[in-house]
Amino acid sequence: MATTVAPRSGKREDGANGSRNGGDRRGGNGGSGGLPQRPQTHRLGMLLALAGIAMLFIALTSAYVVRQGLGGDWTPMAMPRILLWNTAILLASSFTVEKARRALLARTEGEALRWLLLTLALGVAFLGGQLAAWRTLSARGLFLDTSPHSSFFYVLSGVHGVHVAGGLLALAFPIWSVWSAAPGVASFAGSAGLPAQVRRARWVEAAALYWHFMDGLWIYLLVLLFARS
Amino acid sequence: MAAHATVIEAPKGFVRKYIFSTDHKVIGIQYLFLAMFSVLVGMTLSVFMRLRLAWPAEKWPALQQLFPEGFAGGPMTPEFYLSMMTMHGTIMVFFVLTTAPLSAFGNYFLPIQIGARDMAFPVLNMLSFWVTLAALLVMMAALFATGGAPIAGWTAYAPLSAIGEVAGPGLGLGQTLWVISIAIFCVASLLTSLNFLATTINLRARGMSLMRMPLTVWAWFTTAILALLAFPVLLAGGILLLLDRVGGTSFFIPGGLVVSDQLIPHQGGSPLLWQHLFWFFGHPEVYIAILPGMGITSHILSTFARKPVFAYKAMVGAIFAIGFISYVVWGHHMFMSGMSPFSSMAFSITTLAVGVPSAIKTFNWLATLWGGKIRFTTPMLFALGFVSLFVTGGITGLLLAQPAIDIFLHDTYFVVAHFHLIMGVAAIFGIFAGIYYWFPKMFGRMMREGPGKVHFWLTLVGVYAIFMPMHFLGIAGAPRRYAELTEFQYLKPLESLQLFITVAAFLTIAGQFIFLFNFFVSLFRGKRAGVNPWESTSLEWIIPSPPPHDNFGETEPVVHHGPYEYSPPGEPKDYIMQTEPARQTA
Ligand code: HEM
Ligand SMILES: [Cu+2]
Repeated sequence: MATTVAPRSGKREDGANGSRNGGDRRGGNGGSGGLPQRPQTHRLGMLLALAGIAMLFIALTSAYVVRQGLGGDWTPMAMPRILLWNTAILLASSFTVEKARRALLARTEGEALRWLLLTLALGVAFLGGQLAAWRTLSARGLFLDTSPHSSFFYVLSGVHGVHVAGGLLALAFPIWSVWSAAPGVASFAGSAGLPAQVRRARWVEAAALYWHFMDGLWIYLLVLLFARS
Repeated sequence: MAAHATVIEAPKGFVRKYIFSTDHKVIGIQYLFLAMFSVLVGMTLSVFMRLRLAWPAEKWPALQQLFPEGFAGGPMTPEFYLSMMTMHGTIMVFFVLTTAPLSAFGNYFLPIQIGARDMAFPVLNMLSFWVTLAALLVMMAALFATGGAPIAGWTAYAPLSAIGEVAGPGLGLGQTLWVISIAIFCVASLLTSLNFLATTINLRARGMSLMRMPLTVWAWFTTAILALLAFPVLLAGGILLLLDRVGGTSFFIPGGLVVSDQLIPHQGGSPLLWQHLFWFFGHPEVYIAILPGMGITSHILSTFARKPVFAYKAMVGAIFAIGFISYVVWGHHMFMSGMSPFSSMAFSITTLAVGVPSAIKTFNWLATLWGGKIRFTTPMLFALGFVSLFVTGGITGLLLAQPAIDIFLHDTYFVVAHFHLIMGVAAIFGIFAGIYYWFPKMFGRMMREGPGKVHFWLTLVGVYAIFMPMHFLGIAGAPRRYAELTEFQYLKPLESLQLFITVAAFLTIAGQFIFLFNFFVSLFRGKRAGVNPWESTSLEWIIPSPPPHDNFGETEPVVHHGPYEYSPPGEPKDYIMQTEPARQTA
């Protein structure tokens, strides 16, 4: 049985010149067909993950709207002022993570690490701030089960916070991998052949996408929760 | 230009190779065994249910020894029956019908069929499996929880599922574990589906254009889209339900509820909110279970009829249409919830619209068979069985989709018959077809045809014997989810039917041991399979059985043909492999 096979070329997997193919094989020149341009694998994966996360919050939003429309027991609560500070911190961290991402693209890993550390610090500060907001509320006598509005506040900020915590782990990973001189996991197709630096750059690129999304999501949640009160 | 030799080294050592493996093939087999374990558990639970329904007053001393509480006083308690029912449905829907067709076969064959070496994210893939296993373990814990397993059904309707122990045994710890397990399962399914999507979009071999992908790949791809967008909604519902249970919130619990003479201290929540969230997930979920079976059926019918799939593009379109419409029909599970007649009407129309792409698929299957040189192998028989069951189960769906009829049939055995034929058994037939078809590739040996055919006929006749009579029970007004129907005078004439169903169920279950025996004996003793025992055309059939760690070894496959080029005119062979070079037309 005659079957054609092409010799494997290493060229396609080569990331040493910072090319934009993350292990993606381009179709097209063998048989006919195949997409000429495919998105980078790590970005594509992250975008899909974000689609899933978006659905989670869309579903929670629909529950929020329905529950709010239901009944007389919806007593709106005032926004704790500290949330504005937290928002500012998160916005700042979006800026720093962007700096880190660009520094990695420009192959200045040392600088990137500093920005990453700063992002980590801001992220931790944000989560601390959120905890502080929870404490102010409970000091005011507003708990998870006090009223539907407070319930939703704790749920939405909590689920968001868990995602931010996950993002912190993702951002800490490249730092750890530099310090421990670990090669970094071969986490996506075609990454096995790439130098550690390139792998880290892509990792941070995906993580930065996630981080910006968390930032935008938080602002959306603030508007949803407090715009009318 | 540095040329990296990127041959993926096969891992060494038993643990890296078979336990914590990132090889999509090993992970696929892990999912398959997880599903096989789950199906055995789910089947056992159904035996308990059938015992109770056929012999309501019978005492079972041996079982009483094993489950003193479940059989307190002799006969099985209604609560025990309900917990068996709940766990049966849950385990079957999530850990069998979602896991086997999508995660098991999809993991093993999607990358190979598109000419990839592995999934886009192998480490994530491994994680998905272990997270799924964690969900299963928590679900098993729910089964054996103190106080009993949950009794709220696989749909976990609030407020029953939300208010805790007062509403019955098993609604304490058992139900809490249930919710946690489902939430974990949601996360695992998300990771799996994003991996499937990224793999299909990015890792296709040269020449593997979209319109050259086997219909199996299209089915897994669409299923993954459904899963990616549906499971987060269930996760959202699960989080809120959990908080209602343990956090004192009132998302789903209304005010003024009195249960077991106790006032439930909640107010303002809406049980219907849970139903909407659940069914927004739930209806796509039923297609998550069936779409891979449709893909497998198309693939196998074409292979063994030695004919191209009839109207390939229409098949792709129909898969997508079904997937899309499945997002706008969820209200058909809620006609009886007091929704406005206008919404009922809208949901009815969208639901009936699903019939169009479903009919397209069915007629194309028949047209694929028409005039073919059919080879009646075991996988082919199961694929034909799939078509039969899909039609039988689908037609009753069209009845249920009309509110005026559904008001009578809702929550009766008619619905049980509908969804078992189409979701339960049709999807299981798809799984069996897949196992018989791909076993040689996965394990390098053939399964025996003789026992396979006996297994097929027993199962086909068996499932019809079980589920056909349920239509009559439903039309006669037998409600579902009751441990005992003896109190209904009007059902007295149908009591022998319950006995008949139980006997049929036991015989069918016995028939499954032929399969298990065949499976495990063939695993070790089966005839060695060649590279392409079925003379199929897709990419998994150009590599050794079982395939090496990196699937295609030193070379990359290049695709020149569509997936179903059978019996081309003027050719010596009656099939053309997808990788065969295109002939120069003079
Ligand atoms: C033309 C196609 C179909 C139509 C029109 C249809 C319609 C319906 C309707 C109206 C109901 C609600 C009945 C009630 O509760 O009163 C229902 C229930 C159900 N259907 Fe279908 N259906 C179709 C295909 C399918 C398929 C392909 C599957 C699965 C693979 C499926 C699985 C189910 C399940 C699991 C339930 C019951 C869920 C429960 O209450 O536990 N259906 N169907
Ligand atoms: Cu439905």
